[in-house]
Amino acid sequence: MIDFLGMPPGLWMPLAASLLLGIGCGLIGSFVVVRRMALAGDAVSHAVLPGVVAGFVLSPSRNPLVVLGLALAAGLLGMLLVRAITTTTRLKEDAALGIVLAVFFAVGISTISVYQPSGVTAFLYGQAAAVSWSDLLLMTGVTALVAAAAVVFARPLVVMSFDAGFASSLGYPVRLFERMFALMLTAVVVVAMQAVGVILVSAMLITPAAAAYLLTDRFNRMMLVAAIFGAAAGVAGTLISFAGAGLPTGPIIALVASGVFAAVFFAAPRHGVIAKWLRLRRRSARVARENYLKAVYQVLEARSFHGDGVSVREIAERRRETLEDATRGVQALVRTGEAFRTGEVGDIFLTPDGWRRAAEIVRNHRLWELYLTHQADYDADHVHDDAERIEHLLGEETVRQLERALAFPETDPHGSPIPAPERQSLGKGELR
Amino acid sequence: MNWVLDPLQSTTLLWLAATAFCVALACGLPGTFLVLRRMSLVGDAISHSVLPGIVIGFLFTGSLTSPWLLGGAALAGVGATLLIEQIHSRTRIKQDAAIGIAFTALFALGVLLLRLYASRVDLDPDCVLFGSLESAVLRERFVLGGLVVPKVFVMQAVVAAGTVLLVVFFFRVLMLTSFDAGLAASLGYRPVLAGRLLLVLVSVIVVAAFQAVGAILVIALLILPGATAYLCCVRLPAMLWLAAAHAFLSSFGGLLLAYHTNSNAAAAMVIMGGILFASAWLFGPADGVVLKKWRARQARLEPADPSGK
Repeated sequence: MIDFLGMPPGLWMPLAASLLLGIGCGLIGSFVVVRRMALAGDAVSHAVLPGVVAGFVLSPSRNPLVVLGLALAAGLLGMLLVRAITTTTRLKEDAALGIVLAVFFAVGISTISVYQPSGVTAFLYGQAAAVSWSDLLLMTGVTALVAAAAVVFARPLVVMSFDAGFASSLGYPVRLFERMFALMLTAVVVVAMQAVGVILVSAMLITPAAAAYLLTDRFNRMMLVAAIFGAAAGVAGTLISFAGAGLPTGPIIALVASGVFAAVFFAAPRHGVIAKWLRLRRRSARVARENYLKAVYQVLEARSFHGDGVSVREIAERRRETLEDATRGVQALVRTGEAFRTGEVGDIFLTPDGWRRAAEIVRNHRLWELYLTHQADYDADHVHDDAERIEHLLGEETVRQLERALAFPETDPHGSPIPAPERQSLGKGELR
Repeated sequence: MNWVLDPLQSTTLLWLAATAFCVALACGLPGTFLVLRRMSLVGDAISHSVLPGIVIGFLFTGSLTSPWLLGGAALAGVGATLLIEQIHSRTRIKQDAAIGIAFTALFALGVLLLRLYASRVDLDPDCVLFGSLESAVLRERFVLGGLVVPKVFVMQAVVAAGTVLLVVFFFRVLMLTSFDAGLAASLGYRPVLAGRLLLVLVSVIVVAAFQAVGAILVIALLILPGATAYLCCVRLPAMLWLAAAHAFLSSFGGLLLAYHTNSNAAAAMVIMGGILFASAWLFGPADGVVLKKWRARQARLEPADPSGK
């Protein structure tokens, strides 16, 4: 046998096998995840077992063409039966998948218990070390074919995945592609089952692709990232399995893939849990600051914009809260440069930026109240709470539309003037 | 007839069949509701996810029949469903992929624990995955009034009786929340709570069934009776009776099959259940293919009254 990069075949062949399975599963798994076929992938992976066992029984020398070919046939038969059950009865897909999965698996287990073929356990839990040279050749060929088909037909397959009706209106032969996809999925499962085991193949189909789904919005990139994750999990799992002296590779590869998913689940830049939590926190901090800006504006407005400074006590009275809370709120404004204070306990002055934002918030609030009373027939005493929430969310574009719809109003339903931030300078009421 | 009657002379086989029936009945009744709620694969996910809980529980208690194991496994089942909810509510990953991620990770953990510690304790990995009813029935027994009773039978009988009582008692709630959650809520029932409790019940039953049929084949016992009954009738009480009948036929038939072919009893039960399902698929009175073909033919042969009356 061939030494590769100085590694003995006992090491590089299992590594090559797990690399191939990771790439193949990642590519096809991307389709499985976006098409919401995760559980169909699980069913196919269990349904190949009777084919594997039949291959072992019929070919004691374990000819990979016989074993993998029969496994492919069993998987395709399983998918065909799922389709037949869902189209001819009232049973839904979930029940059909569960039935085919369990009955096929039982046929496999039963045959194992009768004939007890040696070496079949490797296919249940995965044993990358059991991959032979001829297995590897066949796996390489099948993975190359599936990967080529996935890349060449990516466009029709993607269109079909998101909108089958649209795909057929574009003239794609949807049913032909559906069958081709079923074949590709089963082929990938068959290639992967030796190193990762039939029970856990679905982990490799779903988990790397789901992790990639959280990292990108482009399908091409998702396929690439999923293939990389799959290959990395396969190689790392196989290495750990070798270090752990003969532990089955399947569970370890699956756990590495789950670890990758967990890391992405928390740390993904846009769709990750931590990023989402930080966004939420930033937003609520901004809303809190804007409410203090609004309070400063209202205090100044209440004394007809005489003087520029506002004391903490005035803000606390306005907001009906304690001095401590008001001090904390004001400190947040100072930190972000929206206000400054004369000394530790002195008055608060808004900077031009802060003043502008304060006027915008008050304008948004009053504009929205007016919109609700005039255009949506709300009562004037029912609009405040709604405006309290929306004032932080309205963008410039929407504000322009509201102003046009209300014919550039001057006062809100309660008679207060609507400020115009772009024409209003710091604390000079007469310029309003 | 000897093909059927001869094996039944053996008390061991009778105990096996009775235990298998209890397991199948306990799975089949709540499984019917899973089929109706289109949650069949949640049952599969739970049966895979409880594996690490079972292995850890076994390492602590040293027994597969300990009641602690049931409680721990119920927790594991609930934990798995919570994990699935977290993944798909906090990210844009859909529910099917979330189920796949959670149960493969937990199952992989379970298999690994099993492989790491199986040598130290008396727990055969293959039996945990594929069941070994035979050794369970033969291993732990006790004498009750002159009769040698396998411990595992008592446990399964208690679980089956409890399940039947729960399903009968909560029949109305389960029916309403399965068919029309909105109506159930408007009548003052709590569909979400009912769904969660159904999953807790399924977790406990799955763990109890574990020793008999293993982690993977239990999905068949959950779904096949309900799905077969679904093809034969349109009323829920009849469905439950038929599911019980399916449990009975598949457990006795499966054990006869296993006896004659000298094969794994759990797998034979599932194959027998699959044969019953296939018969219902072809000849079922409510949704059988043959019957529907025949009706369509009759409709063609007797054209509608041309006068339009």
